[in-house]
Amino acid sequence: MTFRKYLVLAGVTVFAAAGDSMLSHGMKQTGEISIHHLQGVLLAILNPWVACGILLLLAFFAAYMNALSWADLTYVLPATSLGYVLLALVAKFLLHEQVSPLRWLGIALISGGVGFVAGGPALTSDKHSTSPLLSKSGRSGAPTDEAAPTNESAAAVSGGGEK
Amino acid sequence: MRHVYTWGAILVIVFFSVVGDILIARAMKQVGDVHALLRRSGLWTVIGRILSNANFFLGVAAMAVAFFSLLFALSWGDVSLVAPAAASLTFIGNAFAAKIFLHEKVDTRRWIAAMLVAAGVALLAG
Repeated sequence: MTFRKYLVLAGVTVFAAAGDSMLSHGMKQTGEISIHHLQGVLLAILNPWVACGILLLLAFFAAYMNALSWADLTYVLPATSLGYVLLALVAKFLLHEQVSPLRWLGIALISGGVGFVAGGPALTSDKHSTSPLLSKSGRSGAPTDEAAPTNESAAAVSGGGEK
Repeated sequence: MRHVYTWGAILVIVFFSVVGDILIARAMKQVGDVHALLRRSGLWTVIGRILSNANFFLGVAAMAVAFFSLLFALSWGDVSLVAPAAASLTFIGNAFAAKIFLHEKVDTRRWIAAMLVAAGVALLAG
């Protein structure tokens, strides 16, 4: 785990929390969408809060995909669940909402879960990173480097005496 | 009747969220470590690889269905039930699905983490 990877996990956490809360705020302004007027969903996108929320969720998605390229799904999901804690803390200290003891217990449980998973390895499944080419080229690198190389990257190292 | 609709919506959201997460996770494992790939061959290679991956598009489609179901449910359902219930059940569903479909080693540590987070998310609604 490098500093950059921790940054990506932090990005997943923050973007998801901010995006969700903006979306929720915007949808409350838009009001109820009836099952008979589904076009209301499309109109909701015109709400600036909903639009900002969607942009933030796109940023979340980019960071999320980045994280999934080098870590397990069962690692990324708990590791980034601190966003819920973040939301509760924002509600308490910025919006001055009441946070009940039950909610504090929820915050403690989530933090505990994050601590649990963060102590373990990030990647356990390497069945999908098939790399017959790369093992031949003998390139040194992180274990997760073993993703199948593209033609261009294979060509780039072939000059270095791969054969 | 409203409860039936609400829980129906929650189950739809959870199902498509899990399917989407699994497909995206599989797609990104096939693409390979983005950081290493960026260093080696640049941004366009990464984008090209993602856009040529069928699992990616299927995953995005599933996530889009989950997203609009959530948007739909949030507009009339009880927000303090729909959002945490869907999020909480998605954690559990993902742990099972990741073990079965992605062959991740979901050991005791990860089960406990998934359970703690799911319970915590459910409690935050209280």
